[in-house]
Amino acid sequence: MQLPILESINLMAVLPVLIIAGWACVLLVFDLLIPRSRKHWTAWLALVGLLGAAVALFFQIGHFARLGSEAAFDGMVTVDGFSIFLQVVFVLTAIVGVLLALDYLPRHGIERGEYYVLLLFTTIGMMIMSMAADLIVVFVALELLSIPLYILSGFAGMRETSEEAALKYFLLGAFASSFLVYGIALTYGGTGTTRLTGIAQAVTSDALNLPLTTVGMGLLLVGLGFKVAAVPFHMWTPDVYQGAPTPVTAFMSVGAKAGGFAALIRVLVTAFPAIASEWGTLIAVIAGLTMLLGNIVAISQSNIKRMLAYSSIAHAGYILLAVAAAQRSENASFAIGAVVFYLLAYALTNLGAFTVAIAVERDDGTGTEIDDFAGLGKTRPWMALAMALFMLSLTGMPISGGLVGKVFVFQAALQAVPGDPLLLAVVIIGVLTSVVSAFYYLKVIMVMYMREGEGKAVLPLALKTVLAATAFGTLVLGIIPGPVFQMAQRAMLK
Amino acid sequence: MIPLHWYLLVAAGMFALGIYGVLARRNAVAILMSIELMLNAVNINLVAFWRYMAPEALNGQMFAILVFAVAAAEAAVGLALIISIYRNRETVVAEDINLLKW
Amino acid sequence: MIGYILFGLVALVAIVSAVGMLLSTNAIHAALFLVINLICIALFYLGLNAPFLAMVQITVYAGAIMVLFLFVIMLLGAEQVTLKSQLKWQAPLAIVLAVVMIAATFLLFFNVQASGGLSPLAPISEDPRQTETFGSPYAVGEVLFGAYLLPFEMTGVLLLVAMIGAIILTRNEAGGMRDEQRAASNE
Repeated sequence: MQLPILESINLMAVLPVLIIAGWACVLLVFDLLIPRSRKHWTAWLALVGLLGAAVALFFQIGHFARLGSEAAFDGMVTVDGFSIFLQVVFVLTAIVGVLLALDYLPRHGIERGEYYVLLLFTTIGMMIMSMAADLIVVFVALELLSIPLYILSGFAGMRETSEEAALKYFLLGAFASSFLVYGIALTYGGTGTTRLTGIAQAVTSDALNLPLTTVGMGLLLVGLGFKVAAVPFHMWTPDVYQGAPTPVTAFMSVGAKAGGFAALIRVLVTAFPAIASEWGTLIAVIAGLTMLLGNIVAISQSNIKRMLAYSSIAHAGYILLAVAAAQRSENASFAIGAVVFYLLAYALTNLGAFTVAIAVERDDGTGTEIDDFAGLGKTRPWMALAMALFMLSLTGMPISGGLVGKVFVFQAALQAVPGDPLLLAVVIIGVLTSVVSAFYYLKVIMVMYMREGEGKAVLPLALKTVLAATAFGTLVLGIIPGPVFQMAQRAMLK
Repeated sequence: MIPLHWYLLVAAGMFALGIYGVLARRNAVAILMSIELMLNAVNINLVAFWRYMAPEALNGQMFAILVFAVAAAEAAVGLALIISIYRNRETVVAEDINLLKW
Repeated sequence: MIGYILFGLVALVAIVSAVGMLLSTNAIHAALFLVINLICIALFYLGLNAPFLAMVQITVYAGAIMVLFLFVIMLLGAEQVTLKSQLKWQAPLAIVLAVVMIAATFLLFFNVQASGGLSPLAPISEDPRQTETFGSPYAVGEVLFGAYLLPFEMTGVLLLVAMIGAIILTRNEAGGMRDEQRAASNE
């Protein structure tokens, strides 16, 4: 018997994923041979694998700029500019995730080689999520993204908060993903297919069962809304961010969110263009609520990890605004460009901010209060300066990537206002909440420079490198955003 | 043949019972079992839709098989978490686990 | 006619066992109720011409996964896992949500049914030859290793991850290391 699929697999298109997947399995075996006192070797080996994937991605950028898009695995996944751009973000995030853990894990007595293996596996989940062309792949990739993160959240097992964060994340995550599959099942029942393009065709043809499909889409949004921490599915975020080991928090605040948004855009824009005004309105409302809640609750936080958790909820709101703007097809390319640009800017800024949090954190897991930042302006001037930059970028102040990202998002939303006047109101909420957000971001800067304190921080070379790279990236995106945004806009799915 | 919506109604009922279980029970093991109930309700939907709407391709069945695998993975990780929490804390009641605010 | 009666019976047992699972205060009883429920679902699969799924349901779900549950419940000590519900504000909310959910889906399905929407997209073949093959292990395997290769491989990775997770979460190596270090620093 001959399997006809073999010709349509197209392994080259998914090469970066294959490199990381294969390397993770090899690493799992290698890790057994590495003595316990030398676990940092595993970290360096993991970095080698990620760099290999980065090289493969680099060659793919040129290839796909010419070709547009390519299907692989019999149409289960589509590799195009959008997925390549996001894969670059994921691989960068994973590299940072490894570097942040390099000193953190031994300092906290939780160093185990499996950390790096699980990090690679969850990265694969994210990468496949960004190229999903079938709801089945969306579901399995979401699980492949989440389950390693549940485990990593509980990685600091003997610290009770970590375990508890993991259990909470797990129970709510599994609950949300059962809504997601129920939504997929109803969509399948309504359209007779799970292929995204097939659903799009069915939605415009008579073969559709609209009530089933619409309810299915709504339940899908519940599942994905949980992943990106959108209101009202955000409750897990502060606890999990606070309880998980800080490098895991940093990684997940960027990776899981970007993965969720990748799936959201794939599903909504590819499969449901025919009912775009319905989901556009829904997403716009969620975006407004998310911005309001995230920013307002963040003001009262005293713990840096909790504060960044609410800040990440707020930023999910801004990104959702751009997703809502993608409802108008003539506007979709710009809006999706804004989403991926914002994701990149947020990734750099947020990873930088968490790097500082890791440097300040003490070995027993304390030192995560904002007050612990007091005095850093004197003892660690460069680090304080970088942190100030990240906080300004998160607020959306000039010469930072955060401002440019926000400008693109608001511009995309304003362009879509003729189709959906509600967006105007949400843009106004967005601008006002950005002003509100200055309160809590600037508070960190104020504490660092104005208040007297010990200003203790441990800053090994790996953290310094990450700090310099993320600060540089944030500045570059803020000063010359043009080239990157053009790339992001070309990332639009065809 | 039995009408399709009979299957769907049974599945919806089971899914709703699962939701009730997740929200009302305080015990992590019971919550996990309720989630398994929800996933099974989804599987009934998938297989029924496959049989009645699109029997020519095996999509629905494939999906159901993948849901099995995912459910197995979730059960393994969830139970491992529960065991390790119990070891440190001697409780599996979600309410007793309140170091962090809900 | 017999088909309808059978369906009704199985559906009744499935729902009653699900309710039983939620109401029983003993964790072991709850798990056993869930097993009954899972077997009923396997019967549904048989009725839907999916014999392979029915077998997998019984071996993997009712077999492996539920044995794992029972094992954990007994390991923790069944009395630790008594399911006394302290009915607080969440329970009424849960009831309301569940009722709304059931009502909404019933309405949805009956609406769809009334508008003649849920008609099969492709005619259902009563030809026994076709029904024999299209849910058979052979047909399932062919598709699983063909068009569904990627998701299939991904579940392979997923199970590997779950295995790693189960091992590192339950093996208390990190804590042990700490003790060793503490002992070393005391010397």
